Amino acid sequence: MRFKTFTSPHMSPVRSVHRVMRQVLYGLLPGTAAMAWFFGWGVLVNVLLAVAVALATETLMLLLRRRPVRPFITDLSAVVAGWLFALAIPPLTPWWITLVGVAFAMAVAKHLYGGLGYNPFNPAMIGYVVAVISFPREMTLWIPPGTLADPAFTFSETLGIIFQGQLPAGLTWDAVTSATPLDRIQSGLGLGQPLGEIRDSSPFGFVAGRGWEWINLAFLAGGLWLLHRRVITWQAPAGMLGALFLISGLFWLMDPAAYPDPLFQLFSGAAMLGAFFIATDPVSGSATPRGRLIFGAGVGLLVFVIRSWGAYAEGVAFAVLLMNMMAPTIDQYTQPRVFGQRARGQEDRG
Amino acid sequence: MTATPHKLWQFHGGLKLPDHKAESTGGPVVTPPLAERLILPLRQHIGQPAQACVQQGEHVFKGQIIARCDTYVGAHIHAPTSGRVVAIGDHPVPHPSGLSAPCITLEPDGKDDWGDCRMPPLGEDEAADPTTLRNRVREAGIVGLGGAAFPAAVKLNPRPNQAIDTLIVNGAECEPYITCDDMLMRTRAREIIAGLLLVQRTLGPARCLIGIEDNKPEALRAMTEALGGEEQDNIRIVALPSIYPTGGERQLIRILTGREVPSDGLPADVGVVCHNVATLAAIHRAVHHGEPLISRIVTVTGSGVRSPRNLQVPIGTPIAHLVAHAGGYTEAVERLIMGGPMMGFALPSDEVPIIKGGNCVLAAEAGEVSAPEPVMPCIRCGECVRVCPVRLLPQQLYWHTRAKDFDKAQDHNLFDCIECGCCAHVCPSNIPLVQYFRFAKNEIWAQERERQQADAARMRHELRRQRLEREKREKAERMNRKRQAPGGTSGAADAAKKAAVQAALERAQARKATQQDASKSDAS
Repeated sequence: MRFKTFTSPHMSPVRSVHRVMRQVLYGLLPGTAAMAWFFGWGVLVNVLLAVAVALATETLMLLLRRRPVRPFITDLSAVVAGWLFALAIPPLTPWWITLVGVAFAMAVAKHLYGGLGYNPFNPAMIGYVVAVISFPREMTLWIPPGTLADPAFTFSETLGIIFQGQLPAGLTWDAVTSATPLDRIQSGLGLGQPLGEIRDSSPFGFVAGRGWEWINLAFLAGGLWLLHRRVITWQAPAGMLGALFLISGLFWLMDPAAYPDPLFQLFSGAAMLGAFFIATDPVSGSATPRGRLIFGAGVGLLVFVIRSWGAYAEGVAFAVLLMNMMAPTIDQYTQPRVFGQRARGQEDRG
Repeated sequence: MTATPHKLWQFHGGLKLPDHKAESTGGPVVTPPLAERLILPLRQHIGQPAQACVQQGEHVFKGQIIARCDTYVGAHIHAPTSGRVVAIGDHPVPHPSGLSAPCITLEPDGKDDWGDCRMPPLGEDEAADPTTLRNRVREAGIVGLGGAAFPAAVKLNPRPNQAIDTLIVNGAECEPYITCDDMLMRTRAREIIAGLLLVQRTLGPARCLIGIEDNKPEALRAMTEALGGEEQDNIRIVALPSIYPTGGERQLIRILTGREVPSDGLPADVGVVCHNVATLAAIHRAVHHGEPLISRIVTVTGSGVRSPRNLQVPIGTPIAHLVAHAGGYTEAVERLIMGGPMMGFALPSDEVPIIKGGNCVLAAEAGEVSAPEPVMPCIRCGECVRVCPVRLLPQQLYWHTRAKDFDKAQDHNLFDCIECGCCAHVCPSNIPLVQYFRFAKNEIWAQERERQQADAARMRHELRRQRLEREKREKAERMNRKRQAPGGTSGAADAAKKAAVQAALERAQARKATQQDASKSDAS
C-alpha cells in the first residue's frame, strides 16, 4: 500500500495564529468593557470602525500584493491591530482620524514591510503616533469619565459627534472635554503647582485617575488571563511594569511633591494595556526570554521619562516604538546558553 | 513502593503530550506467524554498512551471520530464521529519503532451524571478562534498540581516560504511542535486570539508575519486583515526570544526574553510559542464551490500524505483515509512520521491513496527525523558544536557514538541534521547523564534503607538480654526472649536444606550463 509522506513531527498541532489572536481579543474584553463603561458608546464605535478599516485595508493590501486573502484575513491579526488603535484614541475622535491612522498602520507599517510577521514596528502604535502628530488637537479631546448607566452622550449623539462632528445643541467642546489625569499632572507640574493641589482639583480615585484605575485593573485582569493561557510570556509585562514602578518610586521617594507615586504610574493611562497587549507584541518585540525582559524594562523607563519630561502626557506608544528599534540588537546579545555548552563565546568557531 | 527517592533535575522546555499509550498495551505481546519474505538491509545501524557474506540461493540457518561488519562502529546481520537467500540487491528501506538500499532477502523454510549457528551460552565467569562480553555483544550484532541503533559493543568499551561512575538504563519511552519498552519491562523485566548486571560488571560504575516515566506504573512495578532479591544499594529505579523528550539521552542524563553532556562530547565525557532497556535484554539473550539480535518487539498502533498491539517479530519483517497482524488498516488510514509521532518519519510504502532500531509503526488517520496546512509567516511568538529542550532559538534558526545563511545558523548552534519536533509542534504558524533544520544540516554537510574534495584535488595537483619538478631535477643531475664522467666527448660536439639538450628542456618546460594552465582551469 502506498502512502503520502509528510515531515515530522506528525502530532497534530495545538496552536494557530488565529487561535492566538482570538485569545488576545478575549483578553482585551474586560479592559474594553471598562473603557466603554467609563467613556461611553464612543469606545465601542471606535472599536467597530477601526476593525472595519483594518480589515478593509488588509484585504486591499493583500489583493495589491497578490497574496491569498482568506488565511490572512481570518488570522485576526488585523482585528487585533484595529482594536488596539481604537483603545488608544479618545472616545469621541472624528471618524476620519481613525480612518487615516488605521489605514496607515495596516498599509504602511504592516504591509509595506511585508505583512504579518515582518513588521519591525507595532502597527497600531504607528497608526496612533501618526494620528497624534498629525491631529494633536483632536487626539487630546478626552471627556471626563462618567458611567454607561448615565452616559454623557446617548448612542445616537455619539454617532453624530464621531461621524458628523456635531455636538448636541447647546454644548461646546470646551464644556464637554477635560484633560486626562496624566495631562493634568504634567501641565500642572509644569506650571509649578504642587502635586497635592493638582490631585485635589482633578477627578481622582483610589490610586489614580477616577475610571482610569479601573480600566487599568481590567486590562491587568485580561493580561493575567493571557499569561495563564500561555498566549504571552511574563517577561515583557514584568520588565515594563517593574521598571516603571522602580524608576517612578525612586523619583517619588526623592521628591514626592514633584513626582506622582509609582502606583499612580502603574494604573494611569495605557500602562496595563501597554504592558500586556502592546509590549508583548511578538512580531515587533524581542524574541529571546531575557531580551523580552530588557525590552519591557526599556519601555517602562521610556514611559516614565516621557510622562515626566516629555512633550506628551502619555508615552507608551513612543516608548514601544523606540524599543522596537532596539529589538534586533537586544536579540543579538541575549541568546540563551545552549544545553551542553559552557559560557557562550568560549568555543566560538570564530 | 515503586521507586526509591532520588533527586531529579530538570531540562529546559519540553512538552506534556497526550501519551496514547493505552491503545496498544491492552493485550499481551503477540508473536505472529513468519512473513513470506524477510528483508534485511545491510545497514541497520550507525556506522559502515555490513557486507553480505552469503550467496543468492544459499541456504542459511537461523542465527547465521549473513552480512559482516568488521569496522569498530558496526554490527553484523544474522538470519532471523532458517531459509534461502532469494535476492541480494536494492530494496526500499525504512529511511526518511524513501530510497532503496542494498538488502538481503530471505525466504523462510518454516523450520526455524538453528543448525549449529547458535552461539554457546557464556558462563558467569566468562561473561565477567570485559573483552569476552564485548566480543559476544559484537558477534550478536546488538545495537541500541531505542531508535538510534548505535552499536552496543562500543558503549561497553570506554576509553581509559573516561571513568564511568553512572550507568543509566533508559526506560523512559517518552514519545507518545510507543509502548514496546513498556511491554518489555512488564513482561520480561528479569531479562533486562540480567543484562544490566552483565553491563554493570563490565563497566563497574558506582551506581545504576533505571529511569522510567511515571505514566508506566505497571512497568515500574514489574521492574521493582524483578530487581527484588538482587536489590543492591547501587541500583535504583527512578520514576520520571512524563515530559517529552525525557527519553532523549542527554535529557535523561541531565534529569537523573544534573550533568550536561558537552554539546561536542559523549555521555562518557561526564562519566555516564546509557543503555536502552531492550538493548540490555538483548545482551542478556546473547550472553546467556547465545542468541544474536534477530527479533524485537514492535508497537503497531494508531487510529489507522484496527487492533493496535505489540508484536514480537523477526528483524526484516515487512511492515505490511505487521499491520496485517494488528487487525489491518482502517478505511481512513492516511499516513504510515516509522517511529513515533514526534521524531518518526513518514513511509511512502509498507513494503519496507522492520530493522533493528525500529520500535514503532504508527498508522494514522487524517484527523490524528498534522497536515501541511497553509503555512503562515512566523509571528515570533517565541513558543518554540519556550519548549526547546536544548535552549536554542528555533525562530532565529528558521530565519537564517530560510535565508540560506548557514554561517549564521551555525552561530545559532544549529548542530545542537536534536530534531525532537517540540518547536514545530507548538508553532502557531504551522512552520515545518525541523524540516528546515534538517535541510540546513544537510546543506552544510554537502558543502563540507565539496570543500574536502576540492582540498584533495588541490593537494593532488600540488604533489604532481612537485613530483615533475623533482624528476626534472634528477634528470638534469644525471646528465651533469654523465657529462663530467671521464672519457667525455670533445669541446665542439659537447657544445652542440648542450644546445640540443637545452632546447629539449625548454620545449619540455613550455609544454608543462601549458599543461599546468590547463589543469589549473580544470581544478577551478
